[in-house]
Amino acid sequence: MARIPGEGLAKGLAVTFKHMVRKSVTQQYPEVHPDLPPRSRGVIALVEENCTVCMLCARECPDWCIYIDSHKETLPAPEGGRPRARNVLDRFAIDFSLCMYCGICVEVCPFDALFWAPEFEYAEYDIRDLLHEKDRLGEWVESVPPPPPHEVGAEPPKEAAAASRPARRTDGEAAGPGRSRAEGGSGRSDETARPGAAAGVSGSGPADVAATPGAAEAGAPAETSAAGTREPDAEGRTGAGRPGADRGTRARREAPRGPAAIRAIRPPGALPKRPSAPGPSGTPESPEASRPPGAPETPRPEPSRPPESPGAAGPAESPGPDSAGGGSAGRASTGEPTGHGEPPRGGPSGPESTDRESAGSGSAGGPAPSTGAESSAGREAPARREPPRALRNVRSIRPPGSLPKKDAPPDRGGDDA
Amino acid sequence: MSEVLDVAVRLVVIVVVFLALPLVVGQMEHKAMAHMQSRLGPMYAGRFHGWAQLIADGVKFVQKEDVIPAAADRRVFALAPAVALVPYLIVLVVIPVGPGLFGVDLDAGLFFVLAVMGVGVLGAIMAGWASANKYSALGGMRAAAQLVSYELPLVLAASSVAMAAGTLSLHGIVEQWRWWWLPWQAIGGVVFFVAGLAELRRPPFDMPIAESEIIMGPMTEYTGLRFALFMLAEYAGIVVLSALTTVLFLGGWHGPLLPGPVWTLLKVLALAFVVIWVRVSYPRLREDQLQKLAWVGLVPLALLQLALTGVVKLTL
Repeated sequence: MARIPGEGLAKGLAVTFKHMVRKSVTQQYPEVHPDLPPRSRGVIALVEENCTVCMLCARECPDWCIYIDSHKETLPAPEGGRPRARNVLDRFAIDFSLCMYCGICVEVCPFDALFWAPEFEYAEYDIRDLLHEKDRLGEWVESVPPPPPHEVGAEPPKEAAAASRPARRTDGEAAGPGRSRAEGGSGRSDETARPGAAAGVSGSGPADVAATPGAAEAGAPAETSAAGTREPDAEGRTGAGRPGADRGTRARREAPRGPAAIRAIRPPGALPKRPSAPGPSGTPESPEASRPPGAPETPRPEPSRPPESPGAAGPAESPGPDSAGGGSAGRASTGEPTGHGEPPRGGPSGPESTDRESAGSGSAGGPAPSTGAESSAGREAPARREPPRALRNVRSIRPPGSLPKKDAPPDRGGDDA
Repeated sequence: MSEVLDVAVRLVVIVVVFLALPLVVGQMEHKAMAHMQSRLGPMYAGRFHGWAQLIADGVKFVQKEDVIPAAADRRVFALAPAVALVPYLIVLVVIPVGPGLFGVDLDAGLFFVLAVMGVGVLGAIMAGWASANKYSALGGMRAAAQLVSYELPLVLAASSVAMAAGTLSLHGIVEQWRWWWLPWQAIGGVVFFVAGLAELRRPPFDMPIAESEIIMGPMTEYTGLRFALFMLAEYAGIVVLSALTTVLFLGGWHGPLLPGPVWTLLKVLALAFVVIWVRVSYPRLREDQLQKLAWVGLVPLALLQLALTGVVKLTL
């Protein structure tokens, strides 16, 4: 091919001209703030309420730049059970002069207390000022952007998963069963369960958490397998379940998902957030003894739930007991400790109208799954109340071991009583 | 009296143009080059897209210390920037921008212009020699070699136009110009423009400056205002080269619709843009490539153009 003389020269001119008419890539930084994507490694934000002082972040940190101080507080169990101890965070500091922004702490945090915030303008004149204490770390939370949407069918992002988790309560319940199994002491388990349910189990804290996850997981797989039905549930929940989100459904769903779901797993001892937690926990856990109370309780949870799903509230009333049992209470009534068997009932409990399908499926076909989910996740019904999807506010994410707000305790007390 | 006033006004206008146009071209280079490299260029000085960047640069240069090397030939060293700059001012005097709009109409205008432009290169040679710096001396030698090589095609191409027009007066040449001169003198135009670029030591013909090997060539030892004068000379050279190419090959003020002087200005700025464009697009030629291009490429082409002009002229 004969080349036209000067062809290369013309190409060179064309290249530069094309670039000239194209938009330049310069970012006018001081004037225009760069639009950083979510999870940009700018600064680490701390959601203090979610921290259970498990120390995982501090231990995993390659630079050892996370400093955590805490003390134990003992909470008397309202019903006269044994007192619960829980960790209270005194100091949480990250030294950004040491931090290498590997993000391991954010990844490893089981309770979603750490997030990446895309802020980067925190340079200091004195290197010592780069040690951010927890109040400063907490300020960054507001700038944590919502995560990008995932592919259809992918596991939900951490932030969203956290938001949509079932209440701890459920976890507590689930845990209860789990524990009982593990412990073997049904009586005890009951008791523990109660506390958890009632109280809060807030204390259950760390230990529970740790235990639970394992139990939950273990249980979950089996259940999942057992409950092939589960999947259907999941489907249902995706659609209807969400709203209903009822505890059970969600939990179940998540459980099935697998590895990803691990994050969503709630420790057994975790307290449910608000009311929902109490109701369910109370009912389910202390199956026999507490049941009666459980019923009453259930109503309470429902109220809390109502915000989420009106249907749930409804169920709470009539099915009160059932609903409570629905997830857990139901089981209790059935007398089934594990609640697997119960699940069906619980499902029916119909706390969530929307979820009914899912619940039903869960209960009927999905019992196993549901249970599995529940047990594993422990979130079950109780947790549900949180409107899952949009994680508007990271602060709304509750760690499994955290104390219930005010509501929860009272409920528990009621339950216990 | 009116004659004196007339001359005074013309000279003042020429000086103003001489000071303003290089700044316009310099700013254009800043911005065009930046965008060709996907940058924005100056954005702060003067608030609006850095329009005052070159003024700010000038202020900075004025404030700088005037350093003269101890071993330098002080008088020649001090004179060099003026020698580099003034010829372009003088050339501007004879360039017509419109019918009757010129400083002076010399009968031997073209000859005058080419002679004076050659003097400009002397400034670089003087600077290189007087700096007492080996890089400067090397740069000066390269500038001299380049002058010798490229003056020939430059003159040959210009003489082709003079032949076609039958006059050496720049004003006369533009008046004789017809649109079909464009294709007729195209080769000559390209040769003239390229040779002029080389004479200005503009990239890709900036071997004498070649900062990657001989620092800044003849300008290595210059600072402050003297360096600013060299830079001004470079941009004034772009203006003069563009103006000469416009007058000789693009028909000067000829053009539809718009008034003559506007056409001249537009053509000058378009050519200045091409100078910048070429600078951004091509890498620097090696010294031997530079010489080869002149002797193997441009001189034969210029001779070809000369022959073509002669043949066509005779047949007409």
